[in-house]
Amino acid sequence: MGKVLRDSWLMFKSQFNVSKRNPVWVFIGLFQPICYMLLFAPLLKSLVGVPGFPPGGAYNIFTPGLMVMMAIFGAGFAGFNIIGRLRSGFIERMRVTPVSRIAMIFGSLAVDGLLFMIQIALLLVVGLILGFRPRVGGMALLAVLLFITGMTMACFSYALALLVKDEGGLAASVNLLVLPLVLLSGIMLPLTLAPELLRNIAKFNPFTYAVDASRALVAGDFGADSVVKAFIIIGVLAILTIYWATRSIRQAAM
Amino acid sequence: MRVDTLSQLHTSADATNSGSPHATALIKTKGLVRTFKSRKGTVEAVRGVDLEVREGEIFGFLGPNGAGKTTTMRILTTLMPASGGTATVCGLDLRRDPAKVRRQIGYVSQVGGAEPMETGRENLLLQGRVYGMSAKEARQRATELVTRLDMDDFADRLVKTYSGGQKRRLDVALGIMHHPRLLFLDEPTTGLDPQSRARIWDEVRALHDQGMTIFLTTHYMDEADGLCNRLAIIDHGQIVSQGSPETLKQEIAGDIISLGLDMQSNAVEQATSLMRERPFVREIQPTADGVQLYVSQGETVLPEVMRTLDAQHIAIRSVMLARPTLDDVFLRRTGRSLRESNGNS
Repeated sequence: MGKVLRDSWLMFKSQFNVSKRNPVWVFIGLFQPICYMLLFAPLLKSLVGVPGFPPGGAYNIFTPGLMVMMAIFGAGFAGFNIIGRLRSGFIERMRVTPVSRIAMIFGSLAVDGLLFMIQIALLLVVGLILGFRPRVGGMALLAVLLFITGMTMACFSYALALLVKDEGGLAASVNLLVLPLVLLSGIMLPLTLAPELLRNIAKFNPFTYAVDASRALVAGDFGADSVVKAFIIIGVLAILTIYWATRSIRQAAM
Repeated sequence: MRVDTLSQLHTSADATNSGSPHATALIKTKGLVRTFKSRKGTVEAVRGVDLEVREGEIFGFLGPNGAGKTTTMRILTTLMPASGGTATVCGLDLRRDPAKVRRQIGYVSQVGGAEPMETGRENLLLQGRVYGMSAKEARQRATELVTRLDMDDFADRLVKTYSGGQKRRLDVALGIMHHPRLLFLDEPTTGLDPQSRARIWDEVRALHDQGMTIFLTTHYMDEADGLCNRLAIIDHGQIVSQGSPETLKQEIAGDIISLGLDMQSNAVEQATSLMRERPFVREIQPTADGVQLYVSQGETVLPEVMRTLDAQHIAIRSVMLARPTLDDVFLRRTGRSLRESNGNS
Protein backbone atom coordinates (compact mmCIF):
# COMPACT_ATOMS: atom_id res chain seq x y z
CA MET A 1 0.00 0.00 0.00
CA GLY A 2 2.80 2.35 0.94
CA LYS A 3 4.55 1.40 -2.26
CA VAL A 4 1.45 2.18 -4.32
CA LEU A 5 1.18 5.63 -2.74
CA ARG A 6 4.87 6.33 -3.12
CA ASP A 7 5.01 5.18 -6.73
CA SER A 8 1.80 7.07 -7.52
CA TRP A 9 3.38 10.24 -6.20
CA LEU A 10 6.52 9.64 -8.32
CA MET A 11 4.47 8.98 -11.47
CA PHE A 12 2.29 12.00 -10.71
CA LYS A 13 5.35 14.25 -10.51
CA SER A 14 6.63 12.99 -13.83
CA GLN A 15 3.31 13.37 -15.64
CA PHE A 16 2.82 16.78 -14.04
CA ASN A 17 6.18 17.92 -15.43
CA VAL A 18 5.13 16.76 -18.87
CA SER A 19 1.70 18.38 -18.74
CA LYS A 20 2.87 21.68 -17.28
CA ARG A 21 5.24 21.99 -20.23
CA ASN A 22 2.27 21.65 -22.58
CA PRO A 23 -0.44 23.91 -21.16
CA VAL A 24 -2.14 24.44 -24.50
CA TRP A 25 -4.17 21.24 -23.99
CA VAL A 26 -5.83 22.64 -20.88
CA PHE A 27 -7.03 25.68 -22.76
CA ILE A 28 -8.26 23.63 -25.70
CA GLY A 29 -10.20 21.53 -23.22
CA LEU A 30 -11.84 24.66 -21.91
CA PHE A 31 -12.69 26.22 -25.23
CA GLN A 32 -15.49 23.84 -26.15
CA PRO A 33 -17.68 24.24 -23.05
CA ILE A 34 -17.06 28.01 -22.84
CA CYS A 35 -18.24 28.19 -26.41
CA TYR A 36 -21.41 26.31 -25.56
CA MET A 37 -21.97 28.48 -22.49
CA LEU A 38 -21.62 31.75 -24.32
CA LEU A 39 -23.24 30.80 -27.62
CA PHE A 40 -25.79 28.07 -26.91
CA ALA A 41 -27.12 28.50 -23.39
CA PRO A 42 -28.72 31.88 -24.12
CA LEU A 43 -30.93 30.14 -26.66
CA LEU A 44 -32.38 27.98 -23.91
CA LYS A 45 -33.83 31.02 -22.15
CA SER A 46 -36.72 31.14 -24.56
CA LEU A 47 -37.51 27.48 -23.86
CA VAL A 48 -37.98 28.00 -20.15
CA GLY A 49 -41.72 28.39 -20.40
CA VAL A 50 -42.21 25.44 -22.76
CA PRO A 51 -44.13 22.47 -21.27
CA GLY A 52 -41.75 19.60 -20.60
CA PHE A 53 -38.82 21.88 -19.75
CA PRO A 54 -37.74 21.12 -16.19
CA PRO A 55 -37.94 23.84 -13.54
CA GLY A 56 -34.94 26.10 -12.87
CA GLY A 57 -33.31 28.78 -14.97
CA ALA A 58 -31.68 27.97 -18.32
CA TYR A 59 -28.21 28.09 -16.82
CA ASN A 60 -29.18 25.91 -13.89
CA ILE A 61 -30.39 23.31 -16.36
CA PHE A 62 -27.60 23.60 -18.86
CA THR A 63 -24.42 24.23 -16.84
CA PRO A 64 -24.41 21.06 -14.75
CA GLY A 65 -25.01 19.00 -17.87
CA LEU A 66 -22.17 20.82 -19.57
CA MET A 67 -19.90 19.99 -16.67
CA VAL A 68 -20.74 16.32 -17.11
CA MET A 69 -19.99 16.70 -20.82
CA MET A 70 -16.53 18.04 -19.95
CA ALA A 71 -16.03 15.01 -17.75
CA ILE A 72 -16.91 12.74 -20.65
CA PHE A 73 -15.24 14.42 -23.59
CA GLY A 74 -12.41 16.20 -21.85
CA ALA A 75 -11.36 13.20 -19.85
CA GLY A 76 -12.20 11.00 -22.80
CA PHE A 77 -9.13 12.30 -24.57
CA ALA A 78 -6.85 11.83 -21.57
CA GLY A 79 -5.45 8.82 -23.38
CA PHE A 80 -3.45 11.05 -25.73
CA ASN A 81 -0.79 11.45 -23.06
CA ILE A 82 -0.57 7.70 -22.68
CA ILE A 83 0.04 7.23 -26.39
CA GLY A 84 2.90 9.70 -26.19
CA ARG A 85 4.38 7.83 -23.24
CA LEU A 86 3.98 4.55 -25.10
CA ARG A 87 5.65 5.79 -28.23
CA SER A 88 8.66 7.24 -26.40
CA GLY A 89 9.26 3.87 -24.79
CA PHE A 90 8.63 5.33 -21.34
CA ILE A 91 5.90 2.87 -20.41
CA GLU A 92 8.01 -0.07 -21.52
CA ARG A 93 10.95 1.19 -19.52
CA MET A 94 8.75 1.54 -16.43
CA ARG A 95 7.40 -1.97 -16.93
CA VAL A 96 10.89 -3.38 -16.45
CA THR A 97 11.23 -1.55 -13.13
CA PRO A 98 9.53 -2.60 -9.89
CA VAL A 99 7.14 0.36 -10.13
CA SER A 100 3.58 -0.49 -9.13
CA ARG A 101 1.39 -0.90 -12.24
CA ILE A 102 -1.67 0.64 -10.65
CA ALA A 103 0.48 3.55 -9.54
CA MET A 104 1.24 4.24 -13.20
CA ILE A 105 -2.51 4.71 -13.69
CA PHE A 106 -3.01 6.70 -10.48
CA GLY A 107 -0.17 9.05 -11.37
CA SER A 108 -1.81 9.97 -14.66
CA LEU A 109 -5.25 10.11 -13.06
CA ALA A 110 -3.99 12.56 -10.47
CA VAL A 111 -2.73 14.93 -13.15
CA ASP A 112 -5.77 14.56 -15.37
CA GLY A 113 -7.98 14.92 -12.29
CA LEU A 114 -6.23 18.10 -11.23
CA LEU A 115 -6.51 19.64 -14.68
CA PHE A 116 -10.10 18.57 -14.90
CA MET A 117 -11.07 20.18 -11.60
CA ILE A 118 -9.40 23.41 -12.73
CA GLN A 119 -11.53 23.30 -15.86
CA ILE A 120 -14.67 22.71 -13.79
CA ALA A 121 -13.76 25.62 -11.54
CA LEU A 122 -13.29 27.93 -14.51
CA LEU A 123 -16.57 26.77 -16.01
CA LEU A 124 -18.24 27.43 -12.67
CA VAL A 125 -16.90 30.97 -12.61
CA VAL A 126 -18.12 31.68 -16.14
CA GLY A 127 -21.48 30.16 -15.25
CA LEU A 128 -21.81 32.27 -12.13
CA ILE A 129 -21.15 35.38 -14.15
CA LEU A 130 -23.84 34.43 -16.66
CA GLY A 131 -26.52 33.52 -14.14
CA PHE A 132 -25.83 30.02 -12.86
CA ARG A 133 -27.04 29.77 -9.25
CA PRO A 134 -26.28 26.36 -7.72
CA ARG A 135 -26.89 25.42 -4.09
CA VAL A 136 -23.47 25.39 -2.39
CA GLY A 137 -23.78 21.96 -0.79
CA GLY A 138 -25.14 20.50 -3.97
CA MET A 139 -22.33 21.97 -6.01
CA ALA A 140 -19.75 20.46 -3.66
CA LEU A 141 -21.27 16.99 -3.96
CA LEU A 142 -21.57 17.50 -7.70
CA ALA A 143 -17.85 18.24 -7.79
CA VAL A 144 -17.24 14.83 -6.22
CA LEU A 145 -19.53 13.12 -8.73
CA LEU A 146 -17.85 14.96 -11.59
CA PHE A 147 -14.44 13.93 -10.35
CA ILE A 148 -15.40 10.26 -10.26
CA THR A 149 -17.05 10.50 -13.66
CA GLY A 150 -14.03 12.22 -15.13
CA MET A 151 -11.66 9.63 -13.69
CA THR A 152 -13.81 6.83 -15.06
CA MET A 153 -13.67 8.33 -18.52
CA ALA A 154 -9.94 8.95 -18.19
CA CYS A 155 -9.29 5.30 -17.32
CA PHE A 156 -11.49 4.27 -20.19
CA SER A 157 -9.44 6.53 -22.42
CA TYR A 158 -6.15 5.10 -21.12
CA ALA A 159 -7.28 1.56 -21.78
CA LEU A 160 -8.52 2.49 -25.24
CA ALA A 161 -5.28 4.34 -25.98
CA LEU A 162 -3.25 1.28 -25.01
CA LEU A 163 -5.40 -0.76 -27.34
CA VAL A 164 -5.33 1.41 -30.45
CA LYS A 165 -1.84 2.89 -29.82
CA ASP A 166 -2.42 5.73 -32.24
CA GLU A 167 -3.75 9.26 -31.77
CA GLY A 168 -5.99 9.15 -34.83
CA GLY A 169 -7.44 5.83 -33.75
CA LEU A 170 -8.09 7.10 -30.25
CA ALA A 171 -9.78 10.27 -31.46
CA ALA A 172 -11.98 8.27 -33.80
CA SER A 173 -12.90 5.65 -31.19
CA VAL A 174 -13.70 8.17 -28.50
CA ASN A 175 -15.87 10.21 -30.83
CA LEU A 176 -17.63 7.11 -32.10
CA LEU A 177 -18.35 5.64 -28.70
CA VAL A 178 -18.95 8.77 -26.74
CA LEU A 179 -21.01 11.02 -28.99
CA PRO A 180 -24.16 8.88 -28.88
CA LEU A 181 -23.77 8.59 -25.10
CA VAL A 182 -23.53 12.33 -24.75
CA LEU A 183 -26.48 13.08 -27.01
CA LEU A 184 -28.60 10.49 -25.27
CA SER A 185 -27.85 11.70 -21.78
CA GLY A 186 -29.73 14.95 -21.78
CA ILE A 187 -26.78 17.28 -21.73
CA MET A 188 -27.68 19.33 -24.74
CA LEU A 189 -31.37 19.48 -24.19
CA PRO A 190 -33.22 18.02 -21.27
CA LEU A 191 -34.63 14.59 -21.98
CA THR A 192 -38.01 15.62 -20.70
CA LEU A 193 -38.34 17.14 -24.15
CA ALA A 194 -37.47 13.87 -25.88
CA PRO A 195 -39.86 11.31 -27.36
CA GLU A 196 -40.52 8.23 -25.25
CA LEU A 197 -38.33 5.92 -27.32
CA LEU A 198 -35.21 7.98 -26.74
CA ARG A 199 -36.03 8.39 -23.08
CA ASN A 200 -36.20 4.62 -22.75
CA ILE A 201 -32.91 4.06 -24.52
CA ALA A 202 -31.35 6.71 -22.34
CA LYS A 203 -32.14 4.64 -19.26
CA PHE A 204 -29.31 2.30 -20.29
CA ASN A 205 -26.85 5.15 -20.56
CA PRO A 206 -24.87 5.59 -17.34
CA PHE A 207 -24.31 9.24 -18.12
CA THR A 208 -28.04 9.97 -18.17
CA TYR A 209 -28.01 9.34 -14.44
CA ALA A 210 -24.98 11.55 -13.98
CA VAL A 211 -26.70 14.39 -15.84
CA ASP A 212 -29.97 14.00 -13.95
CA ALA A 213 -28.07 13.82 -10.68
CA SER A 214 -26.10 16.93 -11.57
CA ARG A 215 -29.25 18.94 -12.11
CA ALA A 216 -30.80 17.60 -8.90
CA LEU A 217 -27.69 18.43 -6.88
CA VAL A 218 -27.54 21.95 -8.27
CA ALA A 219 -31.12 22.41 -7.11
CA GLY A 220 -30.13 21.16 -3.67
CA ASP A 221 -31.99 17.85 -3.90
CA PHE A 222 -29.47 15.52 -2.21
CA GLY A 223 -31.72 12.58 -1.71
CA ALA A 224 -33.01 12.40 -5.25
CA ASP A 225 -33.27 8.97 -6.78
CA SER A 226 -31.03 10.01 -9.63
CA VAL A 227 -28.26 11.11 -7.23
CA VAL A 228 -28.11 7.78 -5.45
CA LYS A 229 -28.23 5.84 -8.70
CA ALA A 230 -25.58 8.04 -10.30
CA PHE A 231 -23.07 7.55 -7.49
CA ILE A 232 -23.56 3.80 -7.50
CA ILE A 233 -23.42 3.36 -11.27
CA ILE A 234 -20.50 5.70 -11.83
CA GLY A 235 -18.74 4.26 -8.78
CA VAL A 236 -18.94 0.73 -10.16
CA LEU A 237 -17.83 1.91 -13.58
CA ALA A 238 -14.88 3.68 -11.96
CA ILE A 239 -13.66 0.46 -10.37
CA LEU A 240 -14.11 -1.49 -13.58
CA THR A 241 -12.26 1.04 -15.72
CA ILE A 242 -9.39 1.36 -13.25
CA TYR A 243 -9.06 -2.41 -13.38
CA TRP A 244 -9.16 -2.43 -17.18
CA ALA A 245 -6.59 0.36 -17.48
CA THR A 246 -4.22 -1.31 -15.00
CA ARG A 247 -4.48 -4.61 -16.81
CA SER A 248 -3.79 -2.89 -20.12
CA ILE A 249 -0.71 -1.10 -18.87
CA ARG A 250 0.62 -4.31 -17.39
CA GLN A 251 0.93 -5.73 -20.90
CA ALA A 252 1.47 -2.52 -22.83
CA ALA A 253 3.81 -2.62 -25.79
CA MET A 254 4.13 -0.28 -28.73
CA MET B 1 15.69 -2.86 -2.11
CA ARG B 2 19.07 -1.68 -0.96
CA VAL B 3 21.37 -0.25 -3.56
CA ASP B 4 24.35 -2.49 -4.26
CA THR B 5 27.67 -0.76 -3.85
CA LEU B 6 30.40 -0.92 -6.42
CA SER B 7 32.59 -2.84 -3.99
CA GLN B 8 30.03 -5.62 -3.91
CA LEU B 9 30.19 -5.79 -7.66
CA HIS B 10 33.98 -5.99 -7.56
CA THR B 11 33.80 -8.93 -5.17
CA SER B 12 31.49 -10.90 -7.38
CA ALA B 13 33.71 -10.16 -10.36
CA ASP B 14 36.79 -11.38 -8.52
CA ALA B 15 35.05 -14.55 -7.55
CA THR B 16 34.46 -15.53 -11.12
CA ASN B 17 36.56 -15.44 -14.21
CA SER B 18 34.93 -13.31 -16.80
CA GLY B 19 32.98 -15.79 -18.86
CA SER B 20 34.79 -18.92 -17.67
CA PRO B 21 32.72 -22.11 -17.78
CA HIS B 22 32.78 -22.20 -13.97
CA ALA B 23 31.15 -18.80 -13.62
CA THR B 24 27.54 -18.61 -12.56
CA ALA B 25 25.08 -18.56 -15.43
CA LEU B 26 23.09 -15.36 -15.06
CA ILE B 27 20.87 -16.23 -17.98
CA LYS B 28 19.96 -19.77 -18.88
CA THR B 29 17.30 -20.61 -21.42
CA LYS B 30 16.19 -23.93 -22.78
CA GLY B 31 14.01 -24.29 -25.84
CA LEU B 32 12.69 -20.74 -25.61
CA VAL B 33 9.82 -20.25 -28.01
CA ARG B 34 7.68 -17.25 -28.89
CA THR B 35 4.94 -17.24 -31.47
CA PHE B 36 2.72 -14.36 -32.49
CA LYS B 37 -0.71 -14.72 -33.95
CA SER B 38 -1.68 -12.14 -36.50
CA ARG B 39 -4.33 -11.90 -39.16
CA LYS B 40 -1.91 -13.41 -41.65
CA GLY B 41 -1.33 -16.46 -39.49
CA THR B 42 1.20 -17.53 -36.89
CA VAL B 43 4.69 -16.05 -36.79
CA GLU B 44 7.40 -17.98 -34.98
CA ALA B 45 9.71 -15.22 -33.86
CA VAL B 46 11.78 -17.38 -31.53
CA ARG B 47 12.08 -21.10 -32.16
CA GLY B 48 13.83 -23.04 -29.49
CA VAL B 49 16.65 -20.84 -28.25
CA ASP B 50 19.17 -22.37 -25.84
CA LEU B 51 21.33 -19.69 -24.28
CA GLU B 52 23.77 -19.34 -21.46
CA VAL B 53 25.20 -16.02 -20.33
CA ARG B 54 27.87 -16.24 -17.66
CA GLU B 55 28.49 -13.79 -14.88
CA GLY B 56 30.99 -11.10 -15.73
CA GLU B 57 30.94 -11.48 -19.49
CA ILE B 58 29.74 -9.35 -22.35
CA PHE B 59 27.51 -11.64 -24.33
CA GLY B 60 26.34 -10.68 -27.79
CA PHE B 61 23.35 -11.73 -29.79
CA LEU B 62 24.20 -11.12 -33.43
CA GLY B 63 21.78 -11.43 -36.28
CA PRO B 64 20.00 -9.55 -39.04
CA ASN B 65 16.87 -7.50 -38.45
CA GLY B 66 13.89 -9.70 -37.75
CA ALA B 67 15.99 -12.61 -36.50
CA GLY B 68 14.31 -12.69 -33.10
CA LYS B 69 16.93 -10.84 -31.05
CA THR B 70 14.68 -8.15 -29.66
CA THR B 71 11.86 -10.61 -28.99
CA THR B 72 14.21 -12.85 -27.00
CA MET B 73 15.42 -9.87 -25.04
CA ARG B 74 11.90 -8.71 -24.29
CA ILE B 75 11.09 -12.15 -22.93
CA LEU B 76 14.18 -12.15 -20.72
CA THR B 77 13.39 -8.69 -19.37
CA THR B 78 9.86 -9.82 -18.39
CA LEU B 79 8.14 -7.58 -20.92
CA MET B 80 6.57 -10.49 -22.70
CA PRO B 81 5.87 -14.11 -21.75
CA ALA B 82 7.48 -16.96 -23.66
CA SER B 83 5.16 -19.27 -25.57
CA GLY B 84 7.26 -22.25 -24.54
CA GLY B 85 10.54 -23.32 -23.03
CA THR B 86 12.16 -22.28 -19.77
CA ALA B 87 14.40 -19.47 -18.67
CA THR B 88 16.14 -18.41 -15.51
CA VAL B 89 17.58 -14.95 -15.05
CA CYS B 90 19.91 -14.30 -12.10
CA GLY B 91 18.91 -17.66 -10.74
CA LEU B 92 15.21 -16.82 -10.71
CA ASP B 93 12.56 -18.52 -12.79
CA LEU B 94 11.25 -16.03 -15.31
CA ARG B 95 7.72 -17.31 -15.29
CA ARG B 96 7.37 -17.62 -11.50
CA ASP B 97 9.30 -14.63 -10.20
CA PRO B 98 9.24 -11.83 -12.77
CA ALA B 99 9.01 -9.16 -10.09
CA LYS B 100 12.19 -10.42 -8.41
CA VAL B 101 13.96 -10.63 -11.75
CA ARG B 102 13.15 -6.98 -12.42
CA ARG B 103 15.00 -5.85 -9.32
CA GLN B 104 18.22 -7.48 -10.53
CA ILE B 105 18.29 -6.33 -14.12
CA GLY B 106 18.70 -3.12 -16.05
CA TYR B 107 17.31 -2.66 -19.54
CA VAL B 108 18.09 -0.22 -22.32
CA SER B 109 15.64 -0.72 -25.18
CA GLN B 110 16.20 0.32 -28.77
CA VAL B 111 14.23 3.52 -28.24
CA GLY B 112 15.51 4.09 -24.75
CA GLY B 113 12.39 5.11 -22.90
CA ALA B 114 13.44 8.50 -21.54
CA GLU B 115 10.54 10.95 -21.20
CA PRO B 116 11.23 13.63 -23.83
CA MET B 117 9.37 16.37 -21.96
CA GLU B 118 11.47 15.98 -18.83
CA THR B 119 15.14 16.71 -18.32
CA GLY B 120 17.78 13.98 -18.23
CA ARG B 121 18.24 14.48 -14.52
CA GLU B 122 14.50 14.29 -13.83
CA ASN B 123 14.42 11.00 -15.73
CA LEU B 124 17.34 9.68 -13.69
CA LEU B 125 15.77 10.69 -10.40
CA LEU B 126 12.50 8.95 -11.21
CA GLN B 127 14.40 5.84 -12.25
CA GLY B 128 16.39 5.70 -9.04
CA ARG B 129 13.40 6.30 -6.85
CA VAL B 130 11.21 3.60 -8.35
CA TYR B 131 13.95 1.14 -7.36
CA GLY B 132 13.58 2.28 -3.78
CA MET B 133 16.38 4.86 -3.54
CA SER B 134 15.71 7.80 -1.30
CA ALA B 135 15.58 11.24 -2.88
CA LYS B 136 19.09 11.95 -1.61
CA GLU B 137 20.55 8.65 -2.83
CA ALA B 138 18.95 9.18 -6.21
CA ARG B 139 20.31 12.71 -6.51
CA GLN B 140 23.83 11.57 -5.63
CA ARG B 141 23.76 8.67 -8.01
CA ALA B 142 22.34 10.84 -10.78
CA THR B 143 25.12 13.39 -10.32
CA GLU B 144 27.68 10.57 -10.36
CA LEU B 145 26.35 9.22 -13.64
CA VAL B 146 25.98 12.65 -15.23
CA THR B 147 29.67 13.30 -14.63
CA ARG B 148 30.77 9.82 -15.60
CA LEU B 149 28.95 9.89 -18.94
CA ASP B 150 29.84 13.50 -19.74
CA MET B 151 26.29 14.73 -19.58
CA ASP B 152 26.94 17.86 -17.51
CA ASP B 153 26.24 20.17 -20.42
CA PHE B 154 22.80 18.88 -21.15
CA ALA B 155 21.54 16.91 -18.15
CA ASP B 156 19.21 19.74 -17.18
CA ARG B 157 17.78 20.32 -20.63
CA LEU B 158 14.67 18.58 -21.91
CA VAL B 159 15.44 15.20 -23.45
CA LYS B 160 13.64 16.13 -26.63
CA THR B 161 16.48 18.56 -27.38
CA TYR B 162 19.13 15.84 -27.21
CA SER B 163 21.09 14.48 -30.15
CA GLY B 164 21.07 10.74 -30.78
CA GLY B 165 24.37 10.21 -29.02
CA GLN B 166 23.38 12.29 -26.01
CA LYS B 167 20.12 10.46 -25.65
CA ARG B 168 21.84 7.10 -25.83
CA ARG B 169 24.18 8.05 -23.03
CA LEU B 170 21.20 8.99 -20.92
CA ASP B 171 19.51 5.71 -21.81
CA VAL B 172 22.54 3.76 -20.58
CA ALA B 173 22.66 5.85 -17.41
CA LEU B 174 18.99 5.06 -16.79
CA GLY B 175 19.74 1.37 -17.22
CA ILE B 176 22.52 1.33 -14.65
CA MET B 177 21.05 3.80 -12.18
CA HIS B 178 20.28 1.09 -9.63
CA HIS B 179 23.57 -0.88 -10.03
CA PRO B 180 22.01 -3.92 -11.70
CA ARG B 181 23.85 -7.21 -11.75
CA LEU B 182 22.86 -7.83 -15.32
CA LEU B 183 22.37 -5.21 -18.01
CA PHE B 184 20.42 -5.74 -21.20
CA LEU B 185 21.28 -3.52 -24.17
CA ASP B 186 19.08 -3.77 -27.25
CA GLU B 187 20.96 -2.49 -30.28
CA PRO B 188 22.92 0.03 -28.21
CA THR B 189 24.59 1.89 -31.06
CA THR B 190 22.14 1.60 -33.94
CA GLY B 191 21.77 4.88 -35.74
CA LEU B 192 24.63 6.62 -33.94
CA ASP B 193 27.56 8.45 -35.46
CA PRO B 194 30.99 6.77 -35.10
CA GLN B 195 32.06 9.03 -32.25
CA SER B 196 28.96 8.28 -30.19
CA ARG B 197 29.32 4.58 -30.94
CA ALA B 198 32.89 4.60 -29.63
CA ARG B 199 31.77 6.37 -26.50
CA ILE B 200 29.07 3.83 -25.79
CA TRP B 201 31.53 1.02 -26.38
CA ASP B 202 33.93 2.60 -23.90
CA GLU B 203 31.19 2.79 -21.33
CA VAL B 204 30.19 -0.84 -21.93
CA ARG B 205 33.81 -1.91 -21.46
CA ALA B 206 34.08 0.17 -18.30
CA LEU B 207 30.95 -1.45 -16.88
CA HIS B 208 32.35 -4.85 -17.77
CA ASP B 209 35.60 -4.03 -15.99
CA GLN B 210 33.60 -3.22 -12.90
CA GLY B 211 32.07 -6.67 -12.96
CA MET B 212 28.71 -6.06 -14.61
CA THR B 213 27.35 -8.78 -16.85
CA ILE B 214 26.10 -7.46 -20.15
CA PHE B 215 23.79 -9.04 -22.69
CA LEU B 216 23.51 -7.08 -25.89
CA THR B 217 21.88 -7.55 -29.25
CA THR B 218 23.31 -6.12 -32.41
CA HIS B 219 23.34 -6.46 -36.16
CA TYR B 220 26.78 -4.82 -36.42
CA MET B 221 29.66 -7.22 -36.89
CA ASP B 222 32.27 -4.82 -35.56
CA GLU B 223 30.28 -4.40 -32.39
CA ALA B 224 29.88 -8.13 -31.87
CA ASP B 225 33.50 -8.74 -32.71
CA GLY B 226 35.07 -5.89 -30.78
CA LEU B 227 32.98 -5.84 -27.68
CA CYS B 228 31.75 -9.32 -26.86
CA ASN B 229 33.47 -12.13 -24.95
CA ARG B 230 31.02 -14.62 -26.42
CA LEU B 231 28.37 -14.52 -29.06
CA ALA B 232 25.36 -16.34 -30.29
CA ILE B 233 24.44 -15.87 -33.92
CA ILE B 234 20.72 -15.96 -34.50
CA ASP B 235 18.78 -16.22 -37.72
CA HIS B 236 15.05 -16.77 -38.19
CA GLY B 237 14.50 -17.37 -34.52
CA GLN B 238 17.19 -20.01 -34.09
CA ILE B 239 20.77 -19.94 -32.90
CA VAL B 240 23.06 -21.03 -35.69
CA SER B 241 26.36 -20.67 -33.88
CA GLN B 242 27.73 -19.93 -30.40
CA GLY B 243 31.16 -19.19 -29.03
CA SER B 244 33.75 -16.46 -28.73
CA PRO B 245 34.22 -14.28 -31.81
CA GLU B 246 37.68 -15.79 -32.34
CA THR B 247 36.48 -19.37 -32.02
CA LEU B 248 33.63 -18.78 -34.42
CA LYS B 249 35.85 -17.19 -37.00
CA GLN B 250 38.64 -19.73 -36.74
CA GLU B 251 36.29 -22.67 -36.86
CA ILE B 252 34.62 -21.51 -39.97
CA ALA B 253 36.89 -19.64 -42.24
CA GLY B 254 40.56 -19.70 -41.35
CA ASP B 255 42.96 -16.91 -42.31
CA ILE B 256 44.32 -16.30 -45.77
CA ILE B 257 48.01 -15.56 -46.33
CA SER B 258 48.45 -14.16 -49.82
CA LEU B 259 52.04 -14.35 -51.07
CA GLY B 260 53.20 -12.49 -54.14
CA LEU B 261 56.02 -14.52 -55.70
CA ASP B 262 58.37 -14.20 -58.62
CA MET B 263 56.39 -15.89 -61.41
CA GLN B 264 59.44 -16.28 -63.65
CA SER B 265 61.02 -18.87 -61.38
CA ASN B 266 59.45 -22.07 -60.05
CA ALA B 267 58.72 -20.26 -56.80
CA VAL B 268 55.09 -21.35 -56.79
CA GLU B 269 55.94 -25.08 -56.99
CA GLN B 270 58.65 -24.71 -54.39
CA ALA B 271 56.47 -22.79 -51.98
CA THR B 272 53.61 -25.24 -52.47
CA SER B 273 55.73 -28.31 -51.73
CA LEU B 274 57.26 -26.63 -48.70
CA MET B 275 53.92 -25.59 -47.21
CA ARG B 276 51.88 -28.64 -48.09
CA GLU B 277 53.16 -30.69 -45.19
CA ARG B 278 52.76 -28.00 -42.56
CA PRO B 279 50.00 -28.85 -40.04
CA PHE B 280 48.52 -25.37 -39.93
CA VAL B 281 47.95 -25.20 -43.68
CA ARG B 282 44.49 -26.34 -44.74
CA GLU B 283 44.59 -25.51 -48.38
CA ILE B 284 46.94 -24.02 -50.96
CA GLN B 285 45.65 -22.10 -53.96
CA PRO B 286 47.90 -20.80 -56.72
CA THR B 287 47.00 -17.31 -57.86
CA ALA B 288 47.89 -15.04 -60.75
CA ASP B 289 50.86 -13.57 -58.94
CA GLY B 290 51.73 -16.12 -56.33
CA VAL B 291 49.98 -18.40 -53.92
CA GLN B 292 47.26 -18.26 -51.25
CA LEU B 293 47.58 -20.28 -48.09
CA TYR B 294 44.47 -21.05 -46.04
CA VAL B 295 45.74 -21.39 -42.49
CA SER B 296 44.67 -21.39 -38.86
CA GLN B 297 46.01 -18.66 -36.57
CA GLY B 298 47.36 -16.64 -39.46
CA GLU B 299 49.01 -14.00 -37.33
CA THR B 300 51.00 -16.63 -35.41
CA VAL B 301 52.12 -18.73 -38.37
CA LEU B 302 52.96 -15.95 -40.76
CA PRO B 303 56.48 -15.38 -39.37
CA GLU B 304 57.20 -19.11 -39.68
CA VAL B 305 55.97 -19.15 -43.27
CA MET B 306 58.20 -16.21 -44.12
CA ARG B 307 61.21 -17.79 -42.44
CA THR B 308 60.68 -21.17 -44.10
CA LEU B 309 60.40 -19.71 -47.57
CA ASP B 310 63.27 -17.32 -46.94
CA ALA B 311 65.52 -20.17 -45.82
CA GLN B 312 65.03 -21.80 -49.21
CA HIS B 313 65.75 -18.46 -50.90
CA ILE B 314 62.30 -18.13 -52.39
CA ALA B 315 61.85 -14.49 -53.21
CA ILE B 316 58.70 -13.06 -51.68
CA ARG B 317 57.50 -9.93 -53.40
CA SER B 318 54.51 -9.15 -51.17
CA VAL B 319 52.51 -10.64 -48.36
CA MET B 320 49.00 -10.00 -47.10
CA LEU B 321 47.12 -11.51 -44.18
CA ALA B 322 43.33 -11.56 -44.43
CA ARG B 323 41.35 -12.32 -41.28
CA PRO B 324 37.95 -13.96 -41.51
CA THR B 325 35.02 -11.86 -40.51
CA LEU B 326 31.81 -12.73 -38.72
CA ASP B 327 30.12 -12.20 -42.04
CA ASP B 328 32.06 -15.23 -43.28
CA VAL B 329 30.79 -17.14 -40.25
CA PHE B 330 27.20 -16.08 -40.88
CA LEU B 331 27.51 -16.90 -44.55
CA ARG B 332 28.87 -20.34 -43.88
CA ARG B 333 26.08 -21.17 -41.40
CA THR B 334 23.08 -19.66 -43.13
CA GLY B 335 24.05 -19.38 -46.77
CA ARG B 336 23.45 -15.63 -46.63
CA SER B 337 25.62 -12.64 -45.96
CA LEU B 338 24.78 -10.72 -42.78
CA ARG B 339 25.61 -7.50 -44.55
CA GLU B 340 23.17 -8.19 -47.36
CA SER B 341 20.48 -9.32 -44.94
CA ASN B 342 20.57 -5.93 -43.30
CA GLY B 343 20.79 -3.85 -46.44
CA ASN B 344 23.89 -2.03 -45.36
CA SER B 345 25.12 -2.83 -41.90
